[in-house]
Amino acid sequence: MEGMSAEWQSISRLKTLNERQTMSKDAPDLGNVATQVRLDVLSMIKAAGSGHPGGSFSSVEILVELYWDVMRVRPEEPEWPERDRFVLSKGHACPALYAVLAARGYFESSELLTLRKFGSRLQGHPNMRSLPGLDASTGSLGHGLSIACGIAHGLRLGRLDSRVYCLLGDGELQEGSVWESAMSASHFGLDRLTAIVDRNLVQLDGRVTDVMEIEPLTEKWLSFGWDVVVCDGHSFPSLAKAFEHCSGSGLPSVIIADTIKGRGVSFMEGTFQWHGRCPDDDEYVRAVHELKRGLS
Amino acid sequence: MTRRPLRPTREGYVEGLLEAGRLDERVVVIEGDVSRSIGSDSFLDSYPDRFFNLGASEQDMMGEAAGLALTGFIPFVATYGVFATGRAWDQIRTSICYMDLDVKIGGAHGGVSVGPDGATHQALEDIAIMRVLPNMTVLVPADASQTRAAVLAALRTPGPVYIRFGRNPVPQLYPDDSVVEPGKGNLLREGADILLVACGAMVAETLSAAEQLAGAGISASVIDMVSIKPLDRDLILNQAIGKRGVLTAEDHQVTGGLFGAVAGLLGREYPLPLGSVGVTDSFGTSGTPAEVMEKYGLTADNICRKAASVLGRRK
Repeated sequence: MEGMSAEWQSISRLKTLNERQTMSKDAPDLGNVATQVRLDVLSMIKAAGSGHPGGSFSSVEILVELYWDVMRVRPEEPEWPERDRFVLSKGHACPALYAVLAARGYFESSELLTLRKFGSRLQGHPNMRSLPGLDASTGSLGHGLSIACGIAHGLRLGRLDSRVYCLLGDGELQEGSVWESAMSASHFGLDRLTAIVDRNLVQLDGRVTDVMEIEPLTEKWLSFGWDVVVCDGHSFPSLAKAFEHCSGSGLPSVIIADTIKGRGVSFMEGTFQWHGRCPDDDEYVRAVHELKRGLS
Repeated sequence: MTRRPLRPTREGYVEGLLEAGRLDERVVVIEGDVSRSIGSDSFLDSYPDRFFNLGASEQDMMGEAAGLALTGFIPFVATYGVFATGRAWDQIRTSICYMDLDVKIGGAHGGVSVGPDGATHQALEDIAIMRVLPNMTVLVPADASQTRAAVLAALRTPGPVYIRFGRNPVPQLYPDDSVVEPGKGNLLREGADILLVACGAMVAETLSAAEQLAGAGISASVIDMVSIKPLDRDLILNQAIGKRGVLTAEDHQVTGGLFGAVAGLLGREYPLPLGSVGVTDSFGTSGTPAEVMEKYGLTADNICRKAASVLGRRK
């Protein structure tokens, strides 16, 4: 915490990460959970001095919906063979995943502030060998969907009644390997697989449409033999409906979740500048105040 | 030298796969549209539920293998070595080696053995780019029997393993029940003047060279370094001690392969005059395997010339 402003430190102390009641899975006001995850992500990136707020914030509701409503998991038994699996193909959004896993009890929330630091289990991109609750190590874009396909094969072959979910970025869809696995999933009818595209429209260098157009996405996935659902990626009812639709479709399914990069902090929203940038002290304080207004 | 019967090493790979599939029901096979060329389609006949042909998509093959390993299976992924390693290196690095997963990769048509197909299909860099990866074991068997044994060794060895084998028939050097163990080379001949270390298709050539050298009054030890990583340090050092030089022979770029491994070891622990037979910073070319091997000096005759040259140097 050296070198940070007094104000930042006081906020940090105020919000002791491992002492929050709102995170209990028994009392899930998912909107509050999402806001708290964003506050955690902000503190983690601030403490680390680097990280990816934009793509973390855009995926928060998707992750919260998955880990609170959709996936069958046992945080106290992370290796439970019958659990549903999750692959964060857009590995740079791991601050959001770490905050969600901590809130679900996979590890102590106090560990969140070690993100990206030397010796931390919370590596800059997810390392499943260091942290409980991760089903794959990711970070190189375009790998996750293949891994998820392999997991889907394995679940089927092992006669396990589990599902696998894979979260991809929209910029990530520029990786050709994504489409190799998209082809394979429908060829083998991997209906235990649901991909989610975090369509936040922005990548590191600018708007996806300017850097390298990937649309029309619905038609692309349809033509690859997938069941496609488009939803509002920041609305829990919309996400819940989409996941419900996917669980029984008979085909691999993809949810194209329309999101806003940097969602929740006005000056971060929709800008590529916040893809991978740490807020300064003033920006941090403003962001915390904005997010806290959303807590009920 | 007695003439030994010839057999393609890929036949040993397929034998090993079938045996592995029988021994362990976690073994699954992932192919990329060359299973008929490698011969591994016979696994499909025996174990149809455990065979996946993913088409011409090397990156996806490696990623899906990682996913299958994450659910407790032991995938053997095979395609031509040049594509298995080169087209999917990042997947092998990050999705297999970083997670230290039980994925076994078969690199078929290694070296210039694929002859007429030319430079695009001749894997001459695969050993180097697999050897550099943390957690990866690299095996380069010399004949069909050893290739079968390498597959079974891969099954016993935790973590990722790369097995490189060739296309054209090579002399059978080992009995049917030979065993491969990571970290262990085989001392095939013991001599006093020079140590020859070879792998893969070059082992038979090196044995021929050792006989020719003996006729010229040069006594050579020959090691078949089937395990390039981990390297058999003790065997190499034991055999290097007292020799006047060491020569490596590989069907691969000299940089980063067997020569790189042996030179690194000797440079650190027991410097000696050192020579190499292998491809030197060049792509391959079309021709019969024998013609191409001749062009790049991958022959017993060239091994003899290079051995004499190493011994001619002062320590």
